[in-house]
Amino acid sequence: MDKPKYHLVPHEKPYRYDENGLHVTRGSAWSGPGCHIGCGVLLYTDDEGKLVKVEGDPENPYNQGRLCNRCLALTEVVYNPSRILKPMKRNPEDRGKDAWTEISWDEAYDLIYEKFTEIKEKYGPWAIPFVQGTGRDIAAWITRLAWSFGSPNYMFNMSGMACYLPRVAGCAATTGNFWVGDFAQQFPDRYDNPNWECPDYIMVWGNNPLIANSDGFYGHWMVDVMKRGAKLIVVDPRLTWLAYKAEYWLQIRPGTDAALALGMLNVIISEDLYDHEFVERWCYGFDELAAAAAEYPLDRASEITWIASDIIRDAARAWANANSGIMQWGLAVDTTKESLPAAQAIGALWQICGYCDKPGCMIVPPEILAYSGGFGGELVTDEMNEHRIGLDKYALLRFGFQVASSDEVMKTLETGQPYKLHGAWLQTTNFLTCTAPDPERSIKAWRTLDFIVVVDMFMTPTAMALADVFLPACTYAERDGIRVGDGAQRGETINKVCQVGEAKSDMQINLELGKRFNPEAWPWADVDEMFSYVIECTGYTFEELQEVAPAYIPFEYKRYEKGMLRSDGQVGFNTTTGRLELWSTFYNKAGLSPVPYFEEPTESPVSTPDLYEKYPFVLTTGARNWFMFHSEHRQVPHLRAKRPWPIVQMNPKAADKLGIKNGEWVWLENDRGRCKRVVETTNIIDERVLMSDHGWWFPEAPGEEKDGLFGMLDLNVNKLLNSYLPGKSGFGANYKSMLCKVYKVQEEN
Amino acid sequence: MADYGMLIDYDWCTGCHTCETACQMEHNLPPDQFGIKVTEVGPYQYGDRKWVLINMPIPTDQCNFCVERIAQGKLPTCMHHCQARCLEVGPIEELQSKLSAKKKQVLFHNQG
Repeated sequence: MDKPKYHLVPHEKPYRYDENGLHVTRGSAWSGPGCHIGCGVLLYTDDEGKLVKVEGDPENPYNQGRLCNRCLALTEVVYNPSRILKPMKRNPEDRGKDAWTEISWDEAYDLIYEKFTEIKEKYGPWAIPFVQGTGRDIAAWITRLAWSFGSPNYMFNMSGMACYLPRVAGCAATTGNFWVGDFAQQFPDRYDNPNWECPDYIMVWGNNPLIANSDGFYGHWMVDVMKRGAKLIVVDPRLTWLAYKAEYWLQIRPGTDAALALGMLNVIISEDLYDHEFVERWCYGFDELAAAAAEYPLDRASEITWIASDIIRDAARAWANANSGIMQWGLAVDTTKESLPAAQAIGALWQICGYCDKPGCMIVPPEILAYSGGFGGELVTDEMNEHRIGLDKYALLRFGFQVASSDEVMKTLETGQPYKLHGAWLQTTNFLTCTAPDPERSIKAWRTLDFIVVVDMFMTPTAMALADVFLPACTYAERDGIRVGDGAQRGETINKVCQVGEAKSDMQINLELGKRFNPEAWPWADVDEMFSYVIECTGYTFEELQEVAPAYIPFEYKRYEKGMLRSDGQVGFNTTTGRLELWSTFYNKAGLSPVPYFEEPTESPVSTPDLYEKYPFVLTTGARNWFMFHSEHRQVPHLRAKRPWPIVQMNPKAADKLGIKNGEWVWLENDRGRCKRVVETTNIIDERVLMSDHGWWFPEAPGEEKDGLFGMLDLNVNKLLNSYLPGKSGFGANYKSMLCKVYKVQEEN
Repeated sequence: MADYGMLIDYDWCTGCHTCETACQMEHNLPPDQFGIKVTEVGPYQYGDRKWVLINMPIPTDQCNFCVERIAQGKLPTCMHHCQARCLEVGPIEELQSKLSAKKKQVLFHNQG
């Protein structure tokens, strides 16, 4: 077969070479530990096969030699003394106790095979949900394991699946694809590519890309394009560095994003600033959108969002008057209960301006394996989908990631309806610490299961509380792999350089267990052969790709005009109408509003004024920091030293009023619960708003449940969440808009 | 060795702390010691939409400008990994001319 013309980068050396007495291996850095991207790295090992250093690969166009703190400190993850390096088992009566017995891999596989098969035969394969977290390379491998086992209940255990999935499903339903900003990441020559143009404006919405590096987007590309002239509009409750650098900073009240987007749409439409030609040819339902936006005149949008009218107006004008624009959106869009209408309104901002599939605008990322589709969709039968929990209630689950509804699974665990669950496979997820509302309720619900397997790198609070078998997963330095994740994909290999204990890669574990359950679905001798199968379309085998990677998929703009976005080859977009749907035919059919709308968070200064008197702060969570990936990295010395405690950011004036000083421990509390934080007073946040870290536990603290699960039970901000209350579509939840009060931690409390 | 300096274009420093960690790992420094450390002024507001927010990496006496890396033809690790590309190590004369070419920069003279 002729190899397709993937574009390569010239390399000075082979992918393994020697330098000054050390061995160097070039490759991608995609996880574990968790990360949303996958930079080019050079891994340095010594003659004993020990990893001694990690550097950024200057030849890799993706990060161009740069790295963040977490890869630079990788050796402290790989050789961390608290890593679990052998499989372990525990008696189900001892869940929550440090009562583990080390076992061999064969013994562990035998036990899992026996228990899972028993459950499958007695109750059906759907009685076992397969749960993933975020950031570790897992979606492809866990979907295949779940589906080949026969379970449709693949899931991400966060209420409303409120991270990325709402935007993916919403975009798929209304535009037929997911869209990312064009930072020339699809070209090996990047910003020098003659077809690329620097965006005029980047609207950064509910995202701090420099730190978050989310959705396949290397955050500091922001700085690259700012140096080339791109201007910023930043929507954020906090003055981030990007907000400081922005032409317009819109300091929004958390949870009111849809109202702001509708207000801006109204400016753009009523002042006739939109792209008429693009809207007429390629959008559907413009008049209905205009009518929905007309309900948000400036004064109303301003009152709701706490942003001055003139700033909303000026930012909307600047955005619409540009030649090109990128909507760099993030988690805040997902972590609002009515996230789908918010995403739809924010999406309309670039759609009606025609910032679509053009240089420096929004593009459909080229993919080798459709990331959100999973690996092995053909294994899912109608009978399986009939048992996917939540699919009957939430039709939108058909779009994007093929997950079960986390909120409905919670009900199923508690009620046994529509059928009882009996086991669980938890891989790359520490949901009790990081994503699940109400950890105590979650512990109780998941404990109803007969048999639980956890696959992770460390003994997490989730594993301590729930696991009957613990399988040790490895870091990216200890495994082979391919980087087919979110964002613009490229042919990129992860190359094993060392072995630590008996840890195995997630994909090796799934391949080996998958072969036991359903050998036909896993016909590959080893993981490298499996990877070769996945990347077949590149024309390279895994071994060939190791040598030449990164390999770039040929890319062109204006694919919708050339019939390249639809499976039938017609021009237009992959929707029912063939257009970008500002009025959604699917939402309409599913009984949802076909046009975007705004709804107040369940609890807010406006929707629950009495409660606001009692709890006078709007509490937002989930912002990342430079040193840690969600609930990970707390045991890494050089990273933990730079972020030793869980922080709540508070305006100094608000702190003064309560007599609270910078650095003091406080409780955040509402009717549902409380958590401990250290106050960081800072002017970047409004006096009425707090921002709390998430995902905290202290690996150094006592781990047994009676002692607090590594401090997690005192530290988990999700105890304050409105428990399991998703948006009407099943997507979105108010993780970033709660109400709470603050008081000092004292001996008597 | 030539007289070296470090030029910081602090206009672009995002405060990502990569230089700190890169340096600590390269030179085996414990978590509480630094060859370079990012300091911050602000953020505070001094007028309508006017803020002070300065991130400033400061090389310490433990910085040796990665002479052993430079000798191998490599970049100092802070410069190699700096995510905002706002940090440059080089002979002091070269950096002096770059310093005068753009505002919001500082030049540290070799103290190693």
